[in-house]
Amino acid sequence: MRHIISLLMENEAGALSRVSGLFSARGYNIESLSVAPTEDPSLSRMTIVTSGSDDVIEQIIKQLNKLIEVIKVIDLNDGEHIEREMMLVKVKAGEAEREEAKRMADIFRGRIIDVSDQSYTIELTGTVAKLDAFLAAIDRNWILETVRTGASGIGRGDRMLRI
Amino acid sequence: MELTGAEIVLRCLQEEGVEHVFGYPGGAVLFIYDEFFKQDKVKHILTRHEQGAVHAADGYSRSTKKVGVALVTSGPGATNAVTGIATAYMDSIPMVIISGQVPTPAIGQDAFQEVDTVGITRPCVKHNFLVKDVKDIAPTIKMAFYLASTGRPGPVLVDIPKDITQHKTEFVYPESVSLRSYNPVTKGHPGQIRRAIQLILEAKRPMVYAGGGVTLSNAAEELAEFVRLMGFPCTNTLMGLGGYPATDNQFLGMLGMHGTYEANMAMQECDVLIAIGARFDDRVIGNPDHFFSSSRKIIHIDIDPSSISKRVKVDVPIVGNVKDVLQEMLKALNSSREHVDSAALDAWWKQIEEWRSRDCLKYDRKSALIKPQMVVEKLFEVTGGDAFVTSDVGQHQMWAAQFYKFDKPRRWINSGGLGTMGFGLPAAMGVQIANPGAKVACVTGEGSIQMCIQELSTCKQYHLPIKVIALNNRYLGMVRQWQEFFHGNRYSESYMDALPDFVKLAEAYGHIGMRIEKPEDVEGALKEAFSLQDRFVFMDFVTDQTENVFPMVPGGKGLNEMILV
Repeated sequence: MRHIISLLMENEAGALSRVSGLFSARGYNIESLSVAPTEDPSLSRMTIVTSGSDDVIEQIIKQLNKLIEVIKVIDLNDGEHIEREMMLVKVKAGEAEREEAKRMADIFRGRIIDVSDQSYTIELTGTVAKLDAFLAAIDRNWILETVRTGASGIGRGDRMLRI
Repeated sequence: MELTGAEIVLRCLQEEGVEHVFGYPGGAVLFIYDEFFKQDKVKHILTRHEQGAVHAADGYSRSTKKVGVALVTSGPGATNAVTGIATAYMDSIPMVIISGQVPTPAIGQDAFQEVDTVGITRPCVKHNFLVKDVKDIAPTIKMAFYLASTGRPGPVLVDIPKDITQHKTEFVYPESVSLRSYNPVTKGHPGQIRRAIQLILEAKRPMVYAGGGVTLSNAAEELAEFVRLMGFPCTNTLMGLGGYPATDNQFLGMLGMHGTYEANMAMQECDVLIAIGARFDDRVIGNPDHFFSSSRKIIHIDIDPSSISKRVKVDVPIVGNVKDVLQEMLKALNSSREHVDSAALDAWWKQIEEWRSRDCLKYDRKSALIKPQMVVEKLFEVTGGDAFVTSDVGQHQMWAAQFYKFDKPRRWINSGGLGTMGFGLPAAMGVQIANPGAKVACVTGEGSIQMCIQELSTCKQYHLPIKVIALNNRYLGMVRQWQEFFHGNRYSESYMDALPDFVKLAEAYGHIGMRIEKPEDVEGALKEAFSLQDRFVFMDFVTDQTENVFPMVPGGKGLNEMILV
């Protein structure tokens, strides 16, 4: 089953490689991994999307907690949570595609953030499934380039990951 | 007064009370070695290879409870140390390894003797550091010792670029360490302990399974008190030997792939299993599915939560320091008004005695060839069971584990997790340096001993009166045994041809060599060797080539599917 794991760690050189090294050394899946410093620059917040049986997820969380630089780990799937991913898609926007590409961006509440004679760059935010749906909905041949951030997640309401 | 980074390294080691550092010099650590030259508080032991240095520091730690310290240079110095670091990591041995690194401006330039040491060692250390500022040396070394020795112990590496050892700063050694991200637990959860006590008191066929965690947390006394109070049978893992006295009747011997029939059967048939500082690894329980073909309740005490429910699901997990948890359990059991069902326990012991009467470790005592088991038995007798015994990896290791009855912890020193050939001799050096005057034997084979044979020279330099007990069967015996059992007797590359004359080799290094070829000479030779209290003796025992280690649980099988003699 797909799980979204959120963790706080010391914002230090090499910390990311300890996490990614752990996943490859123990054969755990990483669907996506995103990381950036928090409002406290000494901390990094990481979101890892992974999959595995309950036993595997339990081990992943224990192994992450064992890393010296990791401060706190939660499995967002243990409660209500929200997740978002951002994607930039460059699509063909010549005479033939221009109208339709704009319409598709609107339907998915995307924003066109760059325009040229032959292309649009569309910014889309949503769940992983929504971004996948957009890519499936438009003509494959129109897609020139995509870049995705990987999912970020946060608990709903009072559910917080803080130190 | 400002000190250089190199001076600070030495001051830190002195502050930590380090008496011995095992190492090998090189370009990147020249300033540190210069400081060794200028002081005499910390003694440096020069090995002949970095692997030897790390194994020696490891053996030093295992035999003393102290943190072992090794010092190596950058590049090949660090890569040679990796096998030793990984060995310590797999067995959770507290060590600090200091490695030199090329100067900071050269990092990433493919400089001479440059390697990404922090990257290479990351998967086989508890933690590692690259020091980029001379001000960080003291706090980093303080942290390294703290991390290595607390929680689940392990090796910690500190990589120091050469220019940092030249830079100057004020030396202040931190009093304490506090880390928001690292707070190992000690005490067990009281509710879980209550549940465990309940299960223990209700047990009809209890079994205690204790591992290296007992030794690491210095809990042998508590374990013995617990086992005796309850009257339960007890087994030790390969790493746990000596954690419970092997000559005691409640001890069923080692369990696992080459464990005794009674220990393995009791593991399989018990109704309550109390696992203490052990981790149910593949060499211990074999195939988990076969292990669960019988049902039992499992209590698991371990300081590392990730060791719990990793290979087997347990019913009562207790995360905590083994010593603290056992003390809490003993308190509760001593004040409990309930008692175990003694009739059930008697019946269980009757069953165990029946298994024990199978005499699974029997071998041909009338053989005209030297049986390796007999050598270990005689070693036990001649040393009065009081030696430190290190070993390498293979058949000789299993025979040493089966036939030397360890009554005390920290006497049996072997590479259990990683299975590192070449470990025995350098580890014995560390043991002998930590315990001058003690009897130290290295039980090895003619294959393993050649993997770190260069250390014979170190033994000469430091007058280490180790006794090497080489069980020489002219085969990589364990490989040959598997080839005999599972590969149709095709002994692919397991025959040791062109062996050196070990007697002459020992003599070339300035030691005494002995070759023993007849069973009737074994005891006398051992007595003679151990009477040479200030000499290193290499004893080359020419043993029966065809001998196999029994019992054996074949790979993928369960504990009740042993091959017996």
